[in-house]
Amino acid sequence: MSELRSNRRISVSADSKPVLPRHAKLKFDETRQRWVILAPERVLAPDDIAVEILQLCDGVRNVTDIIDLLVAKYAAPRDDIGADVVAMLQDLADKGFLTQAREKTA
Amino acid sequence: MSPTLTDASPVFADPADSLAIMERTRSTAETFGIPLAVLAELTHRCPLQCPYCSNPVELDRGGTELTTDEWKKVLSELAEIGVLQIHFSGGEPTARKDIVELVQHATDVGLYSNLITSAVLLTRDKLSALADAGLCHVQISFQGNEPVVADRVGGLKNGHVKKLEVAKWTRELDLPLTVNAVMHRQNLHQLPDIIQMAVDLDADRLEVANVQYYGWALKNRAALMPTIDQIDETSRIVEDAQVRLKGILDIDYVVPDYYALRPKKCMGGWGRQFFNISPAGKVLPCHAAETITGMEFESVRSNHSIAWIWQNSEAFNRYRGTGWMPEPCRSCEFKEVDFGGCRCQAFALTGDAGNTDPACTLSPVHAEIFKMAEMESTEGRDRFIYRNFNGGTLEVEEPHLDSTHGA
Repeated sequence: MSELRSNRRISVSADSKPVLPRHAKLKFDETRQRWVILAPERVLAPDDIAVEILQLCDGVRNVTDIIDLLVAKYAAPRDDIGADVVAMLQDLADKGFLTQAREKTA
Repeated sequence: MSPTLTDASPVFADPADSLAIMERTRSTAETFGIPLAVLAELTHRCPLQCPYCSNPVELDRGGTELTTDEWKKVLSELAEIGVLQIHFSGGEPTARKDIVELVQHATDVGLYSNLITSAVLLTRDKLSALADAGLCHVQISFQGNEPVVADRVGGLKNGHVKKLEVAKWTRELDLPLTVNAVMHRQNLHQLPDIIQMAVDLDADRLEVANVQYYGWALKNRAALMPTIDQIDETSRIVEDAQVRLKGILDIDYVVPDYYALRPKKCMGGWGRQFFNISPAGKVLPCHAAETITGMEFESVRSNHSIAWIWQNSEAFNRYRGTGWMPEPCRSCEFKEVDFGGCRCQAFALTGDAGNTDPACTLSPVHAEIFKMAEMESTEGRDRFIYRNFNGGTLEVEEPHLDSTHGA
């Protein structure tokens, strides 16, 4: 298999720095008054919490940072929040709509 | 908390799957919210001559095409009424000199743009300009996995090599790529190699689409119809690849409905979640709808808004919902599952678009059609009628190919 495939099959872990790829766009749909993710041949409908997670995915924060921010905001146990965040991001990655910031290039 | 990304249809029901695809899952026969995605067929001009082209046999001439300003107005209007994605298609959309300008306009009004292309007219500079204009996704058609079969089907010398080159540029420019492989009797033996080709091209998605038989494909049905053995083998290959390549290549599979027991839910049901705009500006419930003769379709050049045409025009309302249905559809428990199948196919095979799609086993002509398909698949000639503006041209000589009849 070619080198190019190395960016496929992302495994989301505590150190991952997830970010939406350019072909997956998080957008507020004014007509239907809700958030959507636009992707090739797909429109996904994230719920409020998924949107909140995705808005934290800037390619700089890692998954641990994202979980820290949510733990500070919500009353749920850290393990529960962590598991939910990883599961949602992994689901998005498996569908090809999540990428990771490359290791520092500069 | 349990974050979900659900089915985001205009009726946002049933948030069961955490990342479901946006598609209507239940009857919304009374609402008809504006579609999420619209197909813009910019032109019928195309350098390829595929014998299964989905355009109508009566092609729109270049002179009838909407102008740049007209298309821009259409794109603005679509964004305004709530359309989220625009698929630029054709013919060959890059045969339009204003393709970059149109993609830029789509970006400016907030539409997610997809280019459905044969790729053979693209240069690297043009593709790069499209990427800079905000193009979000590229879908390239392939007619086979090597030039002998592929260039014969497309009717263009060196087309296949060019496609490979453009696919490579697409990924170099970091644009997501879908490989669209239209399959039929004379190339199904290449399917495993086509799947590998998509992997090697670093494609994100592969559409394995069996030919649907209206318009040009109907003219060529005897040369294209796969055998039952081929279809069984194809399903096995696709299912195996879907498991093996999970997370690497997303594979969508369109089965040939002549061999199905139940008809496809064509377009998600007539006038329910899809419309397209033809090169001359007609607003159509399906890209093949103009194959139904005797129907009048409204144009974006009329005094009506696109939203009005979608909601109120006679063509959209004629086969909407279930009220129009004859028996056996009317009393069928699946009537809101498949909406009676495909109107274009019903017209093509029975002469009346209001009949049950013959792909359904409950259609009175199903057995006859199935038998004919089976016979054509084993006895039909391999010679193509190529698609062009002159009503088609018969392939010069009978091809000498192996592996055509049967897997």
